[in-house]
This record gives sequence, C-alpha cells and structure tokens, in this order.
Amino acid sequence: MDAVAHAPAVEHGPSLRQRLEARGFDAVTLLVIPAAIFSLLLFVYPFAFGFILSFEPKAGGDWLANYRRFFSDPFLYETIAKTLWLAIPVTLVNLLLAVPIAFRVRLMRRQRLLTTLLVLPITLGTVLVAEGLLNYLGPQGWFNRTLLTFGLISQPLKLVHNYWGVFASLVITGFPFTFLLTLSYVTGIDPALEQAAATLGASAWQRFRHIYLPLLMPGLAITFCLSFVQAFSVFPSAVLLGEPAGPTRVISIAAAQAAFEEYDYSMGSAIAMIMGFVQLGIVVAVLASRGLFYRGPASGAKG
Amino acid sequence: MTIALSQFDEVRLDRVSRDFGALNALRDVSLTIRRGEFIALLGPSGCGKSTTLNCIAGLLPVTGGAIWLDKNRVDTLRPEERGFGMVFQNYALFPHLNVRQNIGFGLKMRGRPKAEIDRKVDEALSLVRLQGQENKLPGQLSGGQQQRVAIARAIVIEPPLVLMDEPLSNLDAKLRLEMRAEIRRIHNELGATTIYVTHDQDEALSLADRIVVLRDGVVRQVGAPKELYEAPAHFDVADFMGFRNKLRGKVVAVEGDRTILDVEGARISGVARERVSVGSTAYAAIRSDDLEVGEAGPNAIAATVDTIEYRGREFVGTAHSAGGLDFVFRSHVSVEPGSRIHLRTEDERILVFAEPVQGRQ
Repeated sequence: MDAVAHAPAVEHGPSLRQRLEARGFDAVTLLVIPAAIFSLLLFVYPFAFGFILSFEPKAGGDWLANYRRFFSDPFLYETIAKTLWLAIPVTLVNLLLAVPIAFRVRLMRRQRLLTTLLVLPITLGTVLVAEGLLNYLGPQGWFNRTLLTFGLISQPLKLVHNYWGVFASLVITGFPFTFLLTLSYVTGIDPALEQAAATLGASAWQRFRHIYLPLLMPGLAITFCLSFVQAFSVFPSAVLLGEPAGPTRVISIAAAQAAFEEYDYSMGSAIAMIMGFVQLGIVVAVLASRGLFYRGPASGAKG
Repeated sequence: MTIALSQFDEVRLDRVSRDFGALNALRDVSLTIRRGEFIALLGPSGCGKSTTLNCIAGLLPVTGGAIWLDKNRVDTLRPEERGFGMVFQNYALFPHLNVRQNIGFGLKMRGRPKAEIDRKVDEALSLVRLQGQENKLPGQLSGGQQQRVAIARAIVIEPPLVLMDEPLSNLDAKLRLEMRAEIRRIHNELGATTIYVTHDQDEALSLADRIVVLRDGVVRQVGAPKELYEAPAHFDVADFMGFRNKLRGKVVAVEGDRTILDVEGARISGVARERVSVGSTAYAAIRSDDLEVGEAGPNAIAATVDTIEYRGREFVGTAHSAGGLDFVFRSHVSVEPGSRIHLRTEDERILVFAEPVQGRQ
C-alpha cells in the first residue's frame, strides 16, 4: 500500500505567474519598458511641461492670457488658416497622385527600382529639396530660362518665395511617404477580387469604384492623417521657399518667433498646444469617418 | 426557374497556346465543348489546367490560337466583355459586401433595374439554399456557405459558360463530398455548360460528362469518365486514374491485344494500350483495387508485406518485391508485415504501356 504514491493535495490555485499570464501579462510584456521610458521622457514630459508652461504667461496676467492674446491678434490666429491652407491641399494632392501610381506600380515586375526612385526624395531632406527648388524654379533658374528661351513667357514666373514654392516642396518631400503607405494598402488587397469583379462584368472604373475604393478607404484615411501631420508641421520650407512674413507664415513660425525671438517660452508653448489641438481635431475627424466604411480584412475570405 | 442561361451551341478552343517567357504553359490545346456539357480539366499541378481556365475567362491573354463561342471570337475580348461566370479557388467574395450584394454585383454592374436584381438574387439564393443568410458578410459564413455564395454569384448573371477553378479544394473532406453533390444538382437544374478544373480524379469522375486530362500543357486524353477509367490511353493517364502499381518488365510475346511481360522472372500478361514490340521495355499497370493476395501461378508475383491498414470493409497494404518494385494491394484478410505473399490479378485487369519517352514529347 505504501508503494502507491500520494498525489499532492491541490490546495493552491494556479501560481501568481500563471494568473498574470492568463491576463496577457507575461515576461514578454516587460519588453515594452524601454519604449515606455523613451516615450515618457521624449513625449509625455515635454508635452506636460509645455502644457503647464502655456498657462503661466511671461508678462503676468491670468492663466489664459496667452490663449486670449493668440485669438485676438490676427497676425497670430491667421496662422492656423494659413497652415491648413497649405497642409490640406498638399496632402490631398499627394494622395491623389499616390493612388494611381500605386495601382500602376502594383502590376510592375521591376517594382523595386521604381519604388527606390520615388522614395529618393525622402532621403534628401527638406533643406536640400528647398535648395534644389530655389535653383530650378527661381527667377534665374533653368525652368524660367527655358521658358524664356522658347519665348513662352516674356518675364520670369514667380514660383518661389511664395505659396507655390512651399507647396511644391511639401509635395516633393511628402509624396514618397504617402506613396509607400498607399502602395502597402493597395497591394494588401487580394487581386482575385478584381478578377472576380471583371468576370462579373465590371469595367476598370467600376472595379475601382466598387471594389478597390471601399476596401482602401480606411487605409487612405490613415495615410491622410499621417501625411497631414507631416505637412502641418512644415517649418524649413515655409521659411526657405515661402514668404514667412506673408501667406506662408505658418503656425510653427509663429511658435518659433514667440519662443526664440521674443524669448516668451510660455507664449511659444501656448501656440504649440494650439497647433497640437488643431492637428488632433482633423485627425480625429478623419479617423472617425473610417467608421462609415468596411474595415475587415481585404482578402477574399478565410480561404 | 427563370435563371435562363444564354444559349449557344459550342465553345471551341482552337490550338490555344500560352507562354510565360520561355515556358510553354499550354501548347496547341484544341477542345470543343458542347452546350450543357460538364467538362473536367484534370491533371497534376503545373499541367496547365488553371492556365486554360484563366485563358478562357480572359484573365490571362492567350499567346497563340483562338477561342470561339459559336461564330464569335472571344479571346480578343476583355474579361468583362465575355460574360462568363467564374468560381475562384479562394471564392474571391467581396469582403465589404453582404451576401445579397455579392450575388447581385454582376447584375448591378450591368445596370439592371433593382426589382429584377432582387428577384434574380432571391432565386439564386434559393437555388444554392442560402435563404436567411443574405445580410451576412462573407467573413461571417462557413467555408461551404462561402462556396455557395461564389456559385450563386457566378450563375446569377446567366453566363453561357461557368468556369470553376478547384472550387472544393479549400473544404474539408466531408463538406467536399456534400458540395460535390450540390454542384452536380445545380448543374442538373440549370444545365449550365461548365468547365471544372481539378486535380482530384474522384471529383472529375463523379461530376463530369467528359474529362480532359492535361499534362505539361498538352491534352493527353479526352473522354467520358468510364472510358478514361477503364481504358486510359497513356501511361501517365493511367497513373492519374488510380493505376498505382507499375510493373516494369520486358516484352516476351505479343499475341494480338494480349502482351506477355517478364517482370522479375514472373510472367504477367495483360492488354496492350499502346504498341509494344517483343524485346522492348514496357509497363504493366494494375489498380490497387485489383491486386489481391493469392496463390503462386500465372500473373502472380512474389512480394514482402511492408504495411497493412484496416479500412473497414477490407485491408489495404503495401509490399515490395525482391527486385525493388513497390505494390499497393487490397486484401480481405490481414497479413503480417514482413510475411511473404503472392500478389495476383486477372489478365483483363492489367494494362500494358510502352515505356514513356523521357521529358516533354
């Protein structure tokens, strides 16, 4: 009888580790700690610091003085409209260019070569692009000289140091990013869906309109948001290629002037906060609109 | 039933070829399909059967030859202009449209009035027995239900020709049998001319009026299921039709149809399906169902049992001969692995083929 081993009595439940794991908290979860610290130091802390600072006006006055000043001075509050007037059209133009190009590239065999060419501007950096555009589109640039030589214009077109200079620069630097995101969404759609639609009698436009577009909309909304945020925070090209005192006085210029020319960090923080909330408003509105579209997987079925 | 399929007399493939660079995926495939026929394209993977289907559907341009629908040439048309219904291997249901919208898609693209679309979709739903599921998205359906939607979507546009690309390969074994019967029933009800691609000989045999066996982009044999099953014209067709035992030997005598082979010293006599001459190498092909455990004697060959499996009604075993030939056989009694047995069958169950020429012919 003694040879029969006694089974250990089940007195304890599962161990703490097992219970934590059951709630999805295991050792791998600890790997997020470096990222969390990084985000805390480089994002949460400056944001909170700036947020509080913006309510402590340099010149004294009540805690909302900075915000009141911003919204009562047209030279300041008009920067919101000016920035939006650059960022939204630029983002839309980039998307409208990226979608058809992505559709073409999707079918190509030498995809990598073309993608590399299209992505090159991302590696150049804003300042180099600005320099190039100044040389190329300036009054003495090749573009104007060529048009003058052929007698198409009688005096140089003003293409830089105004709205269009910044616009062109934002399209060039923003397009690769928009394109790469769009391409990944386009290639994520099962090509058999388009073939099925074709055998069912849908023309190329109908296939785009009824199959691709609805399946792409959520991805395009995210692409719009990310590209928009990039364009909204435009600074170097607005200074180098635009009229930083006039139509391209964007909100980041106003913030920089407050902080580094007037040495009013509190005002600068207030403008940065306003900038953040405008971006957030647009992004939330666009992402919320995704709810109107189908958001499941874009392949045929379980397969 | 008011789903009435467009009428025509025949679809004709006239020396259709398709090259992918240097690779000839299809070479001079000619085939005539009559109205109402159910044709199965059968072959191993890479034989060109899906390529043929895609060429007919217009999803792949042909690189040679022509496809005719009666007097109209269709291979120059875009897929949306051909109006053939196609069922894809992964169903390719539109994930953002519900069942009703998926099925009605083709009619909507044709600009049909809403009342007509609703009526036809209802009929298609009842034909594939999916009433009550019409507002679900494809992701909410089981594999078999998705398959039914795919079929309904292809036939509701009333195509002259229905193309099916291995439609059952994604289903489990039980559902596959069920859907096979469904496809047959729908074909019987509508009489839709169908081209069905499969690599499964059972599917082809049970569904098709005629089977086209393809290999390396070439048509090897066309015929009724019974014809192909009982009298395969080539060694590779026999291989595909379940002749799993292939005994290599020397021809010792030819007497009319009857050919006698010497296989590892045993005399095997069978019916020649190809011309063979005395002294040449040939193959005797025997179905595993026909090879039984028996006595030594004519048409018997000695073998050692490797494995034996219980299959309910009978046992299925594998064995090998002293010369290294492998056998699959059946038996009513269990035999011990490792034991020596004799495997035998009747003369008329043995088909003799010439040794295949290596490589593409």
